[in-house]
Amino acid sequence: MNELKAREPVIFDLSQPGRNAAAQMVASVPGDAQIPQSLRRGSPPLLPQVSELQAVRHFTRLSQLNFSIDTHFYPLGSCTMKYNPKACNSLAMLPEFLGRHPLGPETHGQGFLACMYELQDMLKEVTGMQAVSLTPMAGAQGEFAGVAMIRAYHRAQGDLARNEIIVPEAAHGTNPATATMCGCKVREVPCDANGDVDIDALKAAVGPQTAGIMLTNPSTLGVFERKILQVRQIVQDAGGLLYYDGANLNAILGKVRPGDMGFDVIHMNLHKTFSTPHGGGGPGSGAVGVSKRLAPFMPIPVVYKEGGRYRWAAEADLPQSIGRLSGFMGNAGVNLRAYVYMRMLGREGMVRVAEFAALNANYLLARLRDAGYDPAYPERRASHEFIITLKRQNREYQITAMDVAKRLLDHGFHAPTTYFPLLVPECLLIEPTETEAKEDLDGFVEAMIDILREAEHDPEKLRTAPHTMPLRRLDDVRAARQLDLTWKPAA
Amino acid sequence: MSNVPSDLKYTTSHEWVRPLPDGRVEIGITDHAQSALGDLVFIDVPAAKRTLASGEACAVVESVKAASDVYSPVSGEVSESNPRLADTPELLNQDPYGAGWLTRLTLSSPGQLAGLLDAAGYAKFLDEEST
Amino acid sequence: MAYIPHTDADIRAMLDVIGARSTEELFDEIPAHLKIKALEGVPAALSEMQITRLMNERACADGRALNFIGAGAYEHYIPAPVWAIATRGEFYSAYTPYQAEASQGTLQLIYEFQTMMAALTGMEVSNASMYDGASALAEASLMAVRAHRNSQSKRILVPRTLNPTYLKVARAIAGNQNIVFVEADFDRATGCMMPQSLQTHEGQDFAALVLQQPNFFGNLEDVRALTDWAHRQNMLVIAVVNPTSLALLEAPGRWGESGADIVCGEGQPLGVPLSSGGPYFGFMTTRMQLVRQMPGRVVGRTLDAEGRPGFTLTLQAREQHIRRTKATSNICTNQGLLVTAATIYMTLMGAEGLARVAAASLQRTQDLVTALTRIKGVRAAFNSPRFHEAVLQLDRPVAPVLAELAQRGVIGGLDISAQFPELGHALLVCATETKSQDDIDAYANLLRDVRGAA
Repeated sequence: MNELKAREPVIFDLSQPGRNAAAQMVASVPGDAQIPQSLRRGSPPLLPQVSELQAVRHFTRLSQLNFSIDTHFYPLGSCTMKYNPKACNSLAMLPEFLGRHPLGPETHGQGFLACMYELQDMLKEVTGMQAVSLTPMAGAQGEFAGVAMIRAYHRAQGDLARNEIIVPEAAHGTNPATATMCGCKVREVPCDANGDVDIDALKAAVGPQTAGIMLTNPSTLGVFERKILQVRQIVQDAGGLLYYDGANLNAILGKVRPGDMGFDVIHMNLHKTFSTPHGGGGPGSGAVGVSKRLAPFMPIPVVYKEGGRYRWAAEADLPQSIGRLSGFMGNAGVNLRAYVYMRMLGREGMVRVAEFAALNANYLLARLRDAGYDPAYPERRASHEFIITLKRQNREYQITAMDVAKRLLDHGFHAPTTYFPLLVPECLLIEPTETEAKEDLDGFVEAMIDILREAEHDPEKLRTAPHTMPLRRLDDVRAARQLDLTWKPAA
Repeated sequence: MSNVPSDLKYTTSHEWVRPLPDGRVEIGITDHAQSALGDLVFIDVPAAKRTLASGEACAVVESVKAASDVYSPVSGEVSESNPRLADTPELLNQDPYGAGWLTRLTLSSPGQLAGLLDAAGYAKFLDEEST
Repeated sequence: MAYIPHTDADIRAMLDVIGARSTEELFDEIPAHLKIKALEGVPAALSEMQITRLMNERACADGRALNFIGAGAYEHYIPAPVWAIATRGEFYSAYTPYQAEASQGTLQLIYEFQTMMAALTGMEVSNASMYDGASALAEASLMAVRAHRNSQSKRILVPRTLNPTYLKVARAIAGNQNIVFVEADFDRATGCMMPQSLQTHEGQDFAALVLQQPNFFGNLEDVRALTDWAHRQNMLVIAVVNPTSLALLEAPGRWGESGADIVCGEGQPLGVPLSSGGPYFGFMTTRMQLVRQMPGRVVGRTLDAEGRPGFTLTLQAREQHIRRTKATSNICTNQGLLVTAATIYMTLMGAEGLARVAAASLQRTQDLVTALTRIKGVRAAFNSPRFHEAVLQLDRPVAPVLAELAQRGVIGGLDISAQFPELGHALLVCATETKSQDDIDAYANLLRDVRGAA
C-alpha cells in the first residue's frame, strides 16, 4: 500500500549529445569573444543534455521516491515535522518578494521590511526576550551567534578567562561543535537517572572559566528540565551566561518563555516551531533572541522602525555586533514563511501549539507503553516528544532500533529518530507534532504493535527490512570505503 | 569474548603495545575496541617523525556511525605508521593485533611499559566494564 | 487558528488513555509560577484569505523596479519547471535523508548535484551545500587551515578585490578560531590583483590565498599566475567563483599548473530567486585528497542488500552529530531545497544553455557600460576584461543619483564609494540576460535626465 515508485536512472544516463530544453535557450551572442583566450574554459562542463519533458519527468519521479510530511506521517524526533501550510509558501513567493534585490533601496522594500520587523516583535513576545536578530541561517548558526555573543560580552567586560561552555551530555552534537567553532572549550555534564541535569556535577563544573551553559529544554531526552531555576542560579552565581537551545521550542510555545526564566539568549529553529519547510535538508532559519545585556552584540543586520519607516540597522547602529553571518540578510524568504505562519496562528493559535503537541506525544507514549514498549523515562511526562528504548527487545529477539525503524517504512511511516540521544541504548525518539490527527497516531500504534508481534514470531523479517521500498537496506560501509561521490561516464 | 593476547600491554582506553626486538614499540587497538566500533571505514595514522606524548590523541578510527581517537599509551617519536590502513581499513577489523597495527614508536625514555596493564589486568577491566 | 485537527471527542478520548483530566495537566512538571496565560503581544489570528490580502498589499508596495544591482546576487531568468518541481511536497516537506530507503529521491538528486558542481568547478568532489557563498568562504578558510600539511599557519591572504561582505562574514565566523585575514591591495588601473602587489607577502607563512573570479568589481583576474604564485609560496588556493561564469571561464580545477585546492561560491545564480537575500545556497568542491576535511553533508552511491545501486549519506563521521567537538563544522541543516532548484536549473540549461546565459549577461553589461559612459561625467573605472559587472565613476556623489533613479523606477546599481573611497564616486552595475536593449536605454535616458536636472 505504501510502495514508492521504482528506481530512476541517473540524469547523466539519460543525456544525449545535441539535445537541450530548447525553450530555455537564450539567443546566442558573441559575448565570450571579449574574454582573453587564456582565461576561457578549455572544455564545456559535464552537465545533462535532456529535453524539458525528460527533465520534468526525471525530477518528478525522483520526488516520488521520497517520504515527506505531505505524503506520510513523519514522527522524526527533535525535528518537529509538522504540516507546512501551503499559503506560507505561495505568499513568500509573490513575484515582488522574489524579485527584490537584497541590496535594493529600503524605499522599495517597506512591505518586506514590515514583515521582518513584525516577525522580530512576535518572536520577542513568544520567547520573552528583549531583541531578536533574524540573520542566522539555521539552528547551528543561531547557536554560533549565541555563543559568539556570550564570548563577546565577557570580552567587553574585560573578562578574557571565560572560555568554557558547559553542555549537558544529552545535547545535540551541534552544541559542542558550535562551542568549538567559537573557539571555546567544552565541558560536558551528565544527567541524572530521571533525565534532569546532575546538579552536583554542574556545581563542580562551574568556575571563573565558565562563559555560559547551553541548555536544551525540554532536553533531547524528551522531558522538561525540572531543575531549570537551580541550573540558572548555579551558572549565574559563577558568572556565566545562559543559552537556551530552542530546538524543542514547540514543546513550550505559549506555556513558558525562556526570557521569563532568566535566559540571556535563545536560538529558534523557525523550520521547526514555525513550520517553514525542511526542504530535504534545509533551508532553516535560526533567529536569535537576546536579553538586554546581549542586545548590543546581536548579529547584523536587524530591522529598525523609525518614524513609521523601516530600515536595516547594521555596523553603525550596533558597533559591538558579533558581525555578519551571511552575505545578505540571512534566509529572508524562510523568515517570510514563518511570518505568514505566525500571523495565521495569531495569539489564539500560538498558545495551543505546545498543548496539542504535548497531547499527541503523551497519547502516543501511553498507547505504545500499553502495547508493550518501554519508555526510557517511565516516571516522566512526555514533552512534545518522548523516547522508547528497545533494549529489552534487543536482548530477547536480537532486533535493533534500526530494524524497527526500517520496518516502519514498510508500514508507510517515516521512522522516528534512531540512536539519538546517544545516552539511551536502542532508542527511538518520537515526535508526532500537533498537526497529526488521532487516526494517524492510531495507525502508527497499530504498525508498532504488528512490528512487536513480528519481532517475536519472525524477527528475520525485521532484520532484513525494508521490503516494500524501491531498495533494500543500503550498504553504508561500502559507501564509506569505496567512495563514489560523482557520476562518471562508463569507460 | 574478545581476544586478549598474553604477550602485549594494554590501556583502559583499549590500546595495546608490543615491544619490538629493536627496542621500538608497536601500537594498535584491541579486538574489543574494533568489535565495539564495528566495520571501520577510515583510519588516520600519525606521520613519521611526529613526537607523541603519553596520552596524546595520535590516530582516528572511523566506522560508519562513530569516530574515536586513539591515545598514545607511551611517549616517543613515530618511526613509521601502517601504510596499508589507508586503503584497507578492514585489516584492523580482521587482525587487530597483527596486520592492523597502527604505528611504531621509538620510546622517549625506557621503562614506560611498566605502568600499563598486562593481559590479565586488561581482561579483568573488560569484565568489570561490561557489568 | 493553529493547524490542529482534534475534535472535542478526540481530546476526551486521548486524555482518558493518558489518564489526565486536562491538557493543562500535561505541563505539571513545569514550575507553576513560570507559566504564562496568554501572548497578548501577538496579533489576532488571520484567516488565509486575510493574510493573502495583507501580503499582496505589501508585495505591491515594494513593486518591481528595473534592477541593475548584482554584487553577489544576480537576477537570471528561472525556467518555470524549476520551482514547480522544487515545491512539490515530496521535496519541499521532506527532511534530511537519514532514512535512505525512503529518501532516494533527495539522495539521488544531491548525487547529481555533486556531479554537476564538481564538473562546473573542475574538482573531484562536492558537498551537498553550505548556507551561502559568504559563509562557505568562512568554512573554506577553516578547512584550508585544517588541511594544510606543511604549515600550521592560521593566516589567510585575501585580495581587496574580494566581495567586502564575504571578508566580514569570514572574519565573524572564522575569527573566533583565531584565523587572521590579511588584505592585499589591488591595481588602480586594472581593478585586479597584481602578482607584484603580492610580493610584499612573499616568504611569509600563510595557509591559503583566496582568489575571487570574477572579482567584486566584475573584473577577470589572472588566476593562472596567481594560483601558481600561491602554490610556490606553499599556500593552498581557495577559489571563490560565480557558477554562471564557469560556463565560459576556465574551471578553478585547471587554474595554473595544478589548479585551486578548494572552490566555493554563491549558488544563487543557478535558479534561485533574489528574494531579498535568501534563502540561497553555498557550494564547496575540492580534491578527493581533502574530502575528509570538507564540511557539510555528502552523498555517495553504494549497493543495497540485493546488489542494486542506491544512494546514502556518507562520510558522516566528520559531522557534528558523531564527532561533536572535533567535527569539521557545526553545520547540520543546509540549503537542500535550493540545491533541488539548482539541480533542475542546471539540467534544463545544460552546458550550452548556461554558456548562452553567461555570454548574454557579459554582452548586456558591455552594452550597459557603453550606454552609460556616453553620458557626460560617467566613466568606466577599470580597463580590464570583465564578466557581467562593472564599476563606473560619476562626477558627483552616487547616493542622491541612485535615490532619484529609484524614485523613477530604476535601481541603478550599488554605491561602493564608502567601501572603496580610493575609487571616488563609484557605482557597481550589473546587467544579466534578463535586460533588453530597451531596459538599458531606459536606464541611460533616465540617468542623463537626472544628471541634467541636478
